[in-house]
Amino acid sequence: MRVIVGKGSCGIAAGANDVYEKLEVLSRENPVAGTTLGITGCIGMCFLEPIVDIYPNDEAEECLRLVHVQGSDAQTIWDAVAGGELDKLEPLKIKPEDEEFLTQQTRVALRNCGIIDPESLEEYIARGGYRSIRKILEQKITPEAVIEEIDKSGLKGRGGAGFSTAFKWRAARNSPGEEKYLICNADEGDPGAFMDRAVIEGDPHSLLEGMLIGAYAIGAKEGIVYVRAEYPLAIIRLKKAIKDATEAGYLGDNILGSDFSCKIRIKAGAGAFVCGEETALIESLEGKRGMPRLKPPFPAQAGYWYKPSNINNVETFANVAWIIDNGGEAFAAMGTENSKGTKVFALTGKINRGGLVEIPMGRTLRDVIFGIGGGIRGGARFKAVQLGGPSGGCVPAERLDVQIDYNQLVITGAIMGSGGMVVMDENTCMVNMARFFLDFTTKESCGKCVHCRLGTKRMKEILDRIVEGKGEEGDIEKLEDLCNAVKDGALCGLGNTAPNPVLTTIRYFREEFEAHIEEHRCPAGECRALISYNIDPDKCIGCTACARQCPVDAIKGEVKGVHVIDHELCTKCGNCKTACRFDAVVVR
Amino acid sequence: METRSDLALIEPTLSEYRDQKGSLIAILQNAQDIYGYLPMDVMEHISREAQIPLSTIIGVATFYTQFRLQPVGKHLIMLCDGTACHVNSSELISAAITDELGIHDGETTKDGLFTLKHVACLGCCSLSPVMMISGQTYGALTPDKTRQILRKLAEEEGESA
Ligand SMILES: Cc1cc2nc3c(=O)[nH]c(=O)nc-3n(C[C@H](O)[C@H](O)[C@H](O)COP(=O)(O)O)c2cc1C
Ligand code: SF4
Ligand code: SF4
Ligand code: FES
Ligand code: FES
Repeated sequence: MRVIVGKGSCGIAAGANDVYEKLEVLSRENPVAGTTLGITGCIGMCFLEPIVDIYPNDEAEECLRLVHVQGSDAQTIWDAVAGGELDKLEPLKIKPEDEEFLTQQTRVALRNCGIIDPESLEEYIARGGYRSIRKILEQKITPEAVIEEIDKSGLKGRGGAGFSTAFKWRAARNSPGEEKYLICNADEGDPGAFMDRAVIEGDPHSLLEGMLIGAYAIGAKEGIVYVRAEYPLAIIRLKKAIKDATEAGYLGDNILGSDFSCKIRIKAGAGAFVCGEETALIESLEGKRGMPRLKPPFPAQAGYWYKPSNINNVETFANVAWIIDNGGEAFAAMGTENSKGTKVFALTGKINRGGLVEIPMGRTLRDVIFGIGGGIRGGARFKAVQLGGPSGGCVPAERLDVQIDYNQLVITGAIMGSGGMVVMDENTCMVNMARFFLDFTTKESCGKCVHCRLGTKRMKEILDRIVEGKGEEGDIEKLEDLCNAVKDGALCGLGNTAPNPVLTTIRYFREEFEAHIEEHRCPAGECRALISYNIDPDKCIGCTACARQCPVDAIKGEVKGVHVIDHELCTKCGNCKTACRFDAVVVR
Repeated sequence: METRSDLALIEPTLSEYRDQKGSLIAILQNAQDIYGYLPMDVMEHISREAQIPLSTIIGVATFYTQFRLQPVGKHLIMLCDGTACHVNSSELISAAITDELGIHDGETTKDGLFTLKHVACLGCCSLSPVMMISGQTYGALTPDKTRQILRKLAEEEGESA
């Protein structure tokens, strides 16, 4: 039997380390013959963490999945394992409806995530790992043929722009020069997206193998992974994977006895969203301020140290070995006419089942949010979903049947993006949401060009005013003008796309802007300056729970009597609303 | 008063990276690991030793949010302000921290115990709203739960002092 604890970042945050340590002690003190304890990366079912999987034997693909496991459950689990009485674990077992979260997915990029031990090279190899690079080197498949296969697959970059991977590889291959670089963009800047983190934490060798194939195809001898500073665990796991792969001869000089040599190293970012933009990333790799360069020349001509370079996203690389192994056509068989294969999304926000979702292109947003994600948490009404983070836009309820496809999504005003999918319900204020993204882009603008540096600032000032109830007539039009100016005038993608969240919210939720500006009202009940907390006398039973939680003693009332909020004192902290178990505290 | 840093501590980093071009960010990252922030005298020393103009070093140090030019409190509160946390009302958590400790984003309490820093996504969005204090993650926060966590930490400090 194998007992596997999910140790991705979110599992650890939810308490997986404690569970693992307790099981570790038990397995040492009370060993069970033929039973081992191990770990795995992100399973994708983040809403059920901490998770423990029990596999009846070494070959089994099916497991007994225990969810929301706490350290205090360790003894019960180990006793059941030792006594061969797994049925005793029924209370911890995953509910059948939650299992649908995974059974509705198709996993290519995440094929090993949540299954293998990310720190074990052997487990990666056992699932077909490094078979593709071996095939290429042993059968002496030419770089051109490799690129041809990727071309057949129709793979497009998963980092946001959706550019053909084969096209980029061919450009880098054909670019003259001996010294070339292959770079992996693991900066994952969209706040609220974690697909790339999951791949590196859960299956680092699949990234390395994809990079090796890419390096072989373009003729690079060196690869660099630029990892976001906030991902310490990913860096540790990737370091170990590089070391193990080097020792086993998959990295370094004369890989697998061929004349192909390639080294891969890690560079930790230092926190700057703009460094996700490829030329800014290159500047940062060179130790400088991460400011975008003018294009052309493109990185394929003059990239890292002005040598021909190719940059791809983590998820893009994670698909590559699968494509070589299964053939480009198998990949192209999934998806739509112009969007092939699968795409990973990080489903978060006001959703019942949040986590990582990989599905073939062409499924609808409704499928993902209501089918896989189980709909809105707490039974509220769906309002919109934000795709592509600060560069993307929102899609409202009436467009939920749109297919997940690069072109179809652009028609809605949103973009495919890198995979962030944040679900919002009726209690989310869309104006405040637009302000939130603008606040982000204003802070992250590198300052190189005026349109972005000042334009985003001016937009944010207007949005600040609106959410404070000080909006003026004409503000919406002013915002639209600024949006268009910044979109066209900015130098890099950050500025070009920063207006998207504002433009899409105006497009679909104009009446919400108008309510703020004309009536000084926040229909979602979120903007603090425009709301007040009140107690519904018909619902209040006088339990005093709210009054005890109020930090400023703004709530008066006798035990069993109706309570009242003094608006002079109230700081709108929201404690009373959380405290009241009778829904008597209402926001207006 | 300008305090003097122990410059010997950065020597191994300098000897590793001094001659590797493009290593400034890595040097500064190591320096911050060692000193907890980037003291001016350390940056001056790096400038002399690695032959990089001080203006370039300060330019890089101020560009990236990871670098700090001031020391931080004993407990660094990293409050997530990513999209998922925002949608799940992280603004209320931020207000609760400010109310409880009297500090805003980037500030440190007078007793030097807490520094508040807003960060974009800690990678556990399914537990949002989330904060991380000294490596420990706290999820599904409410204003009240946040206050209790802070009070408990402050109490523990009082006991150990
Ligand atoms: C402001 C900005 C931020 C970006 N952030 C990322 C990122 O975090 N990760 C990423 O892979 N690509 C990001 N990109 C896209 C990259 O510039 C580039 O297109 C991508 O890494 C190429 O890889 P792909 O072809 O595999 O998608 C960003 C672009 C811009 C303009
Ligand atoms: S668009 Fe913004 S982030 Fe991009 S170069 Fe201009 S100022 Fe910098
Ligand atoms: S919102 Fe906060 S300050 Fe206002 S009455 Fe409720 S608990 Fe008191
Ligand atoms: S990190 Fe655990 S399931 Fe996502
Ligand atoms: S948005 Fe807060 S943890 Fe991701």
